[in-house]
Amino acid sequence: MSVTVRLPSQLRSLVGGAGEVPVEAATVREAIVAVDEAYPGIAFRVLDDHGALRRFVNIFVADEDVRFLEGLDTVLEPGQTVSLVPAVAGG
Amino acid sequence: MSFATCLLCRECGTTYPMEALYSCEVCFGPLGVAYDLEAARGVVTHQSIADGPNSIWRYKDLLPDPGAGPVDLGAGWTPLRRASRLGEVLGVDELWLKDDTRNPTGSFKDRVVSVALSSARRLGFTTAACASTGNLATSVAAHAAFIGWPSVTIIPADLEKSKIAMTAIFGGTVLGVEGNYDDVNRLCVELVAEHPDWAFANVNLRSYYAEGSKTLAFEIAEQLGWRTPDQVVVPVASGSQFTKIAKGFAEFIELGLVQGSSPVLFGAQATGCSPVATAFAGGADFITPQRPNTIARSLAIGNPADGPYVLDELRRGGGDCGSVPDEEILECIGLLAQTEGVFAETAGGVTIASLRQMLRRGTINPHQSIVAIISGHGLKTLDAVVDTAVVTSTIKPSLQEAEEALRSHQLVAAS
Repeated sequence: MSVTVRLPSQLRSLVGGAGEVPVEAATVREAIVAVDEAYPGIAFRVLDDHGALRRFVNIFVADEDVRFLEGLDTVLEPGQTVSLVPAVAGG
Repeated sequence: MSFATCLLCRECGTTYPMEALYSCEVCFGPLGVAYDLEAARGVVTHQSIADGPNSIWRYKDLLPDPGAGPVDLGAGWTPLRRASRLGEVLGVDELWLKDDTRNPTGSFKDRVVSVALSSARRLGFTTAACASTGNLATSVAAHAAFIGWPSVTIIPADLEKSKIAMTAIFGGTVLGVEGNYDDVNRLCVELVAEHPDWAFANVNLRSYYAEGSKTLAFEIAEQLGWRTPDQVVVPVASGSQFTKIAKGFAEFIELGLVQGSSPVLFGAQATGCSPVATAFAGGADFITPQRPNTIARSLAIGNPADGPYVLDELRRGGGDCGSVPDEEILECIGLLAQTEGVFAETAGGVTIASLRQMLRRGTINPHQSIVAIISGHGLKTLDAVVDTAVVTSTIKPSLQEAEEALRSHQLVAAS
């Protein structure tokens, strides 16, 4: 199914400057892999050596942190947006 | 002159020039500011510091370059108070309060904002912005007004009225987001990608911003007569202040400016938002995000960016992290006020209640010196205490009613 992956500014150079990339995917992990197949290098930046989410990257689906959902295995619905957001926080 | 040399990824060590970068392009790790401490040794002295202004800028050599001049509304150089009466209640021999209620906008955030906007001005920005739980928004709005910049501050819409008023009064744009701080933060990370010409103090200027918290450690050491305390209790929200206090003491020690070793740092959190305390108690080296539900709104960050580094420092130094319920937070705001004459916001209640909790379980040593960070003024969270801090009696303007009320409250002897 078609979903949209939103990229932070740090990753946009890898995809030719675009802020959003449409892909076909059923889970968050599949969405990352799909972007990586089109634009190699994305997965390395988001996932660590063991394929887990890097600790300073957050992913949101429908405005929900996937760490509150099923993580990379979170199932996507058609038309949803997967946002990759670097972890920074102030107060 | 500043001895800052470059930005350095705290995860993978990649270096970057001193520009508006905030996360590593390789691994998204946070960037910190590196200094040439070898060159600073012998140049930064007790005298050179004492010759500086009575603000954080007395430590300008160990802060990022402010360009033509710092944005200095007078942040820092707040009192370090010997808290003998509170110490007696808690059974502590040597207790000190770092009273950061006494900053220009009433919280420690003035330290970090002064550094962030000084760097922002050097880098050519002309608009100030931030994601905030309140105190940061107030400080950004005030400092922006001070230098004639527009500001865009973004906060949870349901914040304490006093914090919203203290921010809006400075005339900038205040966006109230229907959501919690973590929602605000995520929005701002996305906004910064669309508005790269805005200086978000704690997003794209975060590397510089965070350095301001080192001055808490610098001042504590200087005010103790150029020595380090044994133990410091620090409220933990994003964890930035905690990690930078550790960095500040380490820099002073490396420069030979202080006697003593690195203090043991202790964290303080509200039970209703305790991701660091929970991870520490559970032996985890990662943070599981929480949904905050506490009156300590300034500490209500459920997914703290610097949390993993706080865990590292707690374990390295042999510290501990308190986790205290809202009732104890309120009780300790009162205890602090009634023993020391200092009115703290809810975060201060968290610090004192956590200190008491860790004394009771024996992780803080009552016979070694302790500094507690009181990070913000009680007027900021009046909502939390207005129902309990009320008039003792309401009377008519008559001598008889006054005397009766005083008798009933045992202020004068019954006749």
